Amino acid sequence: MSNMNLTLKIWRQKDSKSKGKMVDYKVSDISEHMSFLEMMDVLNEQLINKGEDPVAFDHDCREGICGMCSMFINGEAHGPDRGVTTCQLHMRMFKDGDTITIEPFRAKAFPVMKDLVVDRSSFDRIQHAGGYISVNTSGNTQDANALPIAKEAADKAMDAATCIGCGACVATCKNASAMLFVGAKVSQYALLPQGQVEATERVQNMVKQMDLEGFGNCTNTGACEVECPKGISLETIARMNREYLTASIKG
Amino acid sequence: MSGLIKSSIARKVVMALSGLFLVFFLAQHFTINITSVIAPDTFNEWSHFMGYNGLVQFVLQPILIAGVIVHFVMGIALEIKNNNARAIKYNKYNGSANASWMSRNMIITGLVVLAFLGLHFYDFWVHEMSYKYIAGNPEDPTRYYEETVEKFEPFWRTVIYVISFVLLALHLWHGFASSFQSMGVNNKYKSAIQTFTKVYAIVIPLGFIFIALYHHLNPITH
Repeated sequence: MSNMNLTLKIWRQKDSKSKGKMVDYKVSDISEHMSFLEMMDVLNEQLINKGEDPVAFDHDCREGICGMCSMFINGEAHGPDRGVTTCQLHMRMFKDGDTITIEPFRAKAFPVMKDLVVDRSSFDRIQHAGGYISVNTSGNTQDANALPIAKEAADKAMDAATCIGCGACVATCKNASAMLFVGAKVSQYALLPQGQVEATERVQNMVKQMDLEGFGNCTNTGACEVECPKGISLETIARMNREYLTASIKG
Repeated sequence: MSGLIKSSIARKVVMALSGLFLVFFLAQHFTINITSVIAPDTFNEWSHFMGYNGLVQFVLQPILIAGVIVHFVMGIALEIKNNNARAIKYNKYNGSANASWMSRNMIITGLVVLAFLGLHFYDFWVHEMSYKYIAGNPEDPTRYYEETVEKFEPFWRTVIYVISFVLLALHLWHGFASSFQSMGVNNKYKSAIQTFTKVYAIVIPLGFIFIALYHHLNPITH
């Protein structure tokens, strides 16, 4: 297959205080085997050679596990493919002559820092509020298999724990709700005996922090579940709701 | 406790519970209405009971009105909050790629149903209130059937009712099932709940449409 020529419409914003705007760019001779980020690298090299400011975007591992790469591509978080982050999105998902719109993840709780880079530290603060267990790790940790855990519970906890905190759920939600993220983080502990000690406080504190950060409410559209690169299920939101309601009754 | 009232999850549960209450009311309303097609005498009898029973009039009716108010006030409040959660909108947002139209437009279908409720209250409730309490007319257990059928004589009103029921169906299609998820019910019964709620979302509004059209096409001839 021949290489592609593309038009890119990219959100450019100098810093967190400036007003941004969409700017058009052309890239040519893009191979279908490139990842989306490699295509962005080609564009940036082009801009640097012309003496222009390259497009700032987040990336780190480039193998789909760090959760750094964001980008809202053609109206979808991480672009049109399913179960992938932007670094794993291949250019073969596009056609020669396509116009691709690239925007930062939009949410009040994810302020834009520059171009396509957003500040997702609101997720960190939600984690700090309760996304942990208190264990003595001073060298006398007990054997992991000492506590019997049902296979199904272990599997579901692991499924929830695969959340990489990328924020695609927030970006794609029409309400910019973080409930899939918080649901996953609550679920991974709620399903395991180790998580029970702080269960009552955890869900209440994490939900409180989520609301404080200014995320929206869940309308159960299910868009987050579809766009999540790790396939986190809406079941985690239902579990969080149950945990929250029982925790509120306990006080 | 104030934390609970302000919390996003508690608000969603309020939406779910008030919604389920209104869904339940809809079934009761439909059961009475369908008798206007199959047994006018029963319709008169039941309508009279609903209109003059103290428990229905002075306890259940205010609870129903409160349920409607809670549902739409909370719905609008949540919509405003959700809008604020994304101050700068996307230039391109492909909502249909990952969520149904119904789930994304509950505010639109909800507001249409609310506007319909305005007309519906004017048509029946305001009439009843003025008939009974303002004009102070005596009880007449046989008037309801005729009054109802006459309401559907104008073409415009029948059309508005039919359109409103279609929008109600779209609202229920997402809302009924969604209320279970909001309350934390997402388990092995999920597919059964989905099937039941979606059948309900079609059958009940379709039934109301049938009743409206039936009365429009079969007017009382004097």
